[in-house]
Amino acid sequence: MSQKRPMSPFMIGPYYRPQITSMMSIMHRATGVVLALGSLALVWVLVSLSMGEQAFAVVRACLASPVGMLALVVFSFCLMYHLFNGVRHLFWDGGKGFDIPTVYRSGYAVVVLSLLSTAAVWWFAVSTGGAP
Amino acid sequence: MTLRDPLATARGLGSAKSGFGHWWAQRLSAVVLALLTPLVVYGLAKYSQSDYAVLKTQFANPFLSGASVLYVLALFWHARHGLQVVVEDYIHKPGLETALQVAIKIVYSFAAVAAVIAIMRLALVA
Repeated sequence: MSQKRPMSPFMIGPYYRPQITSMMSIMHRATGVVLALGSLALVWVLVSLSMGEQAFAVVRACLASPVGMLALVVFSFCLMYHLFNGVRHLFWDGGKGFDIPTVYRSGYAVVVLSLLSTAAVWWFAVSTGGAP
Repeated sequence: MTLRDPLATARGLGSAKSGFGHWWAQRLSAVVLALLTPLVVYGLAKYSQSDYAVLKTQFANPFLSGASVLYVLALFWHARHGLQVVVEDYIHKPGLETALQVAIKIVYSFAAVAAVIAIMRLALVA
């Protein structure tokens, strides 16, 4: 336990060129941490909602503010990215898609799909008027 | 039969033999989350500006409140396991690491219980 074992250099820093593979890997963690912390805000929303209209008024004002709306869109994107890249990880867990061309293709697909799906869901929800 | 030298076990090198449970919990919760997350994002986009009465009515639907309970349980189970690994990987100060690991377990257990009680209250209390 106390032994000093050698470690390979961290992927961000002077040792490696940025690659889509390593950038997507660290993005998976970054979005995971954002989602883990953001989901605590989700609890605040649910608890306030359950306490009645007066308690929820504060939440509603926050969600309607520009910062609140931006946070919602960023949170949605993090959900979509972590979802698509998570499915990529599940395929790897099954031993599939490990060759380098496939890893790159699936990587670009995840970036495009997460951006497009976030935009599409918000566009659809807003253009159908949302809910009052 | 094992080819591992007992001395390696005594020195604490190598696997602790309980990693699979963590790995599997992360994958199982991932599958639940993967199925429900598109609906959650749609819900966020559609209902984030809704008023109290509209949201309250949504949770009166047992399918929606039931799926919500399943979602928050999987979400906080997944978050707790994920953060645990992040702390293991990047925080190497012994006291701080232990404190963070304990805090993560307490905070996310509390979050899960509070979220479930809130959803139940929305679903059941008029």
